[in-house]
Amino acid sequence: MHRTGELYGQFQTLDQQRESATLGMWVFLVTEILFFGGLFLAYTINRHVYGVAFGVGSNTLDLKLGGFNTAVLIASSFTMAMAVWASQTGRKTQVTVFLILTLILGSTFLGIKVVEYAQKFEHHLVPGQSFDISYHSQNPSATDSAGEIAAEKEELEKAFSRDPYLNSHAQLYFSLYFGMTGLHALHMVVGAGLLIWLIRQSIRGRFTPDYNTPVELIGLYWHFVDIVWIYLFPLLYLIDRHK
Amino acid sequence: MSAPPTSPGHQLPREHYLNSTYGIRSWLLTTDHKRIALLYLVSVTFFFFIGGLFATMIRIHLLTPTGYLVTPETYNRLFTMHGVAMIFFFLIPSIPAVLGNFLIPLMIGAKDLAFPKINLLSWYIYLVGGCFVLYSFSTGGLDTGWTFYTPLSSVYSNSAVTPAVIGIFINGFSSILTGLNFVVTIHTMRAPGLTWFRMPLFVWAHYATSIIFILGTPVIAISLLLVGLERMFHLGFFNPALGGDPILFQHLFWFYSHPAVYIMILPAMGVISEIVPTFARKPIFGYSFIAGSSIAIAVIGFFVWAHHMFLTGESTYAALAFSLLSYLVAIPSAVKVFNWTSTLYKGSISYDTPMLYALGFIGLFLIGGLTGLFLACLGLDIHIHDTYFVVAHFHYIMVGGAVMGYVGGLHFWWPKITGRLYPEFMARTAAVILFLGFNLTFFPQFILGYLGMPRRYHTYPPEFQVFNVMSTAGASILALGYLLPMIYLTWSMRYGKVAGPNPWPATGLEWKTPSPPITENFPVTPEVDWEPYDFAHRPDISLTPSTPSLAPAHGDD
Amino acid sequence: MSEHIVSPKIYAVIGSTLLLFTGITVYAAYVDLGPLNIVVALAIATFKATLVVLYFMHLRYSPKRTQLVIVSGIFWLAIMLFMTLSDYITRA
Repeated sequence: MHRTGELYGQFQTLDQQRESATLGMWVFLVTEILFFGGLFLAYTINRHVYGVAFGVGSNTLDLKLGGFNTAVLIASSFTMAMAVWASQTGRKTQVTVFLILTLILGSTFLGIKVVEYAQKFEHHLVPGQSFDISYHSQNPSATDSAGEIAAEKEELEKAFSRDPYLNSHAQLYFSLYFGMTGLHALHMVVGAGLLIWLIRQSIRGRFTPDYNTPVELIGLYWHFVDIVWIYLFPLLYLIDRHK
Repeated sequence: MSAPPTSPGHQLPREHYLNSTYGIRSWLLTTDHKRIALLYLVSVTFFFFIGGLFATMIRIHLLTPTGYLVTPETYNRLFTMHGVAMIFFFLIPSIPAVLGNFLIPLMIGAKDLAFPKINLLSWYIYLVGGCFVLYSFSTGGLDTGWTFYTPLSSVYSNSAVTPAVIGIFINGFSSILTGLNFVVTIHTMRAPGLTWFRMPLFVWAHYATSIIFILGTPVIAISLLLVGLERMFHLGFFNPALGGDPILFQHLFWFYSHPAVYIMILPAMGVISEIVPTFARKPIFGYSFIAGSSIAIAVIGFFVWAHHMFLTGESTYAALAFSLLSYLVAIPSAVKVFNWTSTLYKGSISYDTPMLYALGFIGLFLIGGLTGLFLACLGLDIHIHDTYFVVAHFHYIMVGGAVMGYVGGLHFWWPKITGRLYPEFMARTAAVILFLGFNLTFFPQFILGYLGMPRRYHTYPPEFQVFNVMSTAGASILALGYLLPMIYLTWSMRYGKVAGPNPWPATGLEWKTPSPPITENFPVTPEVDWEPYDFAHRPDISLTPSTPSLAPAHGDD
Repeated sequence: MSEHIVSPKIYAVIGSTLLLFTGITVYAAYVDLGPLNIVVALAIATFKATLVVLYFMHLRYSPKRTQLVIVSGIFWLAIMLFMTLSDYITRA
């Protein structure tokens, strides 16, 4: 096996090797655009047809957690970019520091997602036999304010009158919610694994201004996952907030 | 060469990629693109047999109007599994993974592809996907049609849908990685002097194919993943009872599966573009148009998918748009046919086996392509959709086109891959048998479709029996046409005449290496200063204006 | 891949802009703009994504070929979305 940084046999020069690796990562990201794109298409069509149910579903999401998570990911993209900068300017310790920060922020995101998912389980909003959009309003927990519950009940009543099959259609929304955020979270987990590998390499001082390709390429992947969330956030969390 | 037709005695090179290392591990853990190509050759041939087995059973069953061979439910499984095995595990990988893997680095003067380990990974991913599908086939099979239309596939079918969609999903990543590898290799690893417009058209064809691999395959991956999830967790995306939409599945499915047919045909067109100039001893007519039309087909091919949905409930206005675009996509294909034909004009033509396959390709692809235009016409499609007319159309393209391109390409590059020539007379005979068998199998199906026989039905009205019998008879001849090359090509690996570096001779860079090539392909990276297909000005392979146009070397003189 | 080194100052500006527009998009969601709500939300998201691609991912400083690769990917996604939507929107 080759150590990272050496010239592989099929290439003529290190430049060619780096050029190929970078182009390879960008092409891979294009495949990811189309992969997520299929889900975005399913979302687009279903929202077009079931706007009411999508609005109701969106309003059950915790905007504070979602917004905070968005900020966390943006910050992690910043720290990732800084890691690349540090590797380009020979600041070996800072590379490790920024990579660790990125990992911490990414893990925070995932932790919050777990909290959100748990909430969905509690409120019977997971697609399947026990899915019930009205469950939470009919079984409020101790921490919910009466005003909020009343507003929710009113919203559901209006929605049901516009769409008698609201429960089925809301289940579609949640299938997409879990599908899209789940696939995104899976990509984050893979990203976290890659970051761990990067951190270990960085601690050994492997990244220099002459050779920092893994940092750049994994950075590209990380930014891409951030971009997917930049779209997921308004599409899932901000549909009908004004209602 | 001014030598007489019998090739001078060549010797196999002492060390080459086949004997440089020994042992099963050196093959299963290889990163040499040439060995990986041979690994794929074995695997795709295996799936060809599987698909062929189901085809045989279909044709035997259809010998009689009421069909005695299998039950209706089993018949549904037969045509489904035939389609899945042939399309996903034979046709799509065939030329790119076998010939493309072997030849692209050689043709561009590189030592290997850009990512050799990913190349090997692609093969293993293909095998894993194949295992899932074989598991599905052997535990009740699949009866949804290779098109997996919902909600049959996602809700109601009692067959082994889930392992099959998982298998195809996994296999998709094999394609994606191959496409990625090819795109990067072609961009960054061409030898000095090999500009884009000096590249062989085979490479252009694979570049265009790789664009489709990259942009289309992820979409079918997600579509089948959704079908699997819907089946496992009773979600409702595609189930009308839960508010879902079967048409959405069809949009997602065909967004890939239409460009997929261009994945199957573009590499074959690339093969033809190599064979025709060689055996007409003339530069190809309209090189830049053939290169450009490959890209045009790849691009426009993404805009036409809903022509598979004319009768399933899409809007008439959308149907009109897709019909028009489908007519447009035929234009670049026609450009190629005109250019190949013009290459033949006033050429010094020799009817060697690869040329026979290429000529067969041009004629059969023409028929298949034109009948595609019939189907693209909305008014006509109402009558011939879901009939044997469609079946005949796509078999003319996929078998008469793509498979003939694959077999012809295997013959053309066989000397390079193995160092030996196959027996020429046997090979030409097999090519003719294949051509005749093919037409006898599928031409009657155009007539059957026109007369109204539906596809995917296990029975038919008795008045259609004559054509069905003809079709089955043709299928047995076609089978012989496939078996013969398998036998003599294998035989030639040991007993064939040694070929030498350039038996035809042809003008590509790959023909400047020994046959078989060394593992590193080129001891020193070549520099290219010649134009492609320049048969009159290549003194380095003994082709000068004064070279008499001789027939290429034969295998059994 | 460019050797162009982007300064941390630019990263900080971009990062702050992204956070700012996150706030703006949340605020805009609470204003009833009718059919324009989705347009505004997508426009802001696209603006943010563009900033990430151009500056964090260095596309602004990358060779034209890389830029073409990404633009093509986006273009193809757009085709898939718009041509499919065109079916649903034009149904009788």
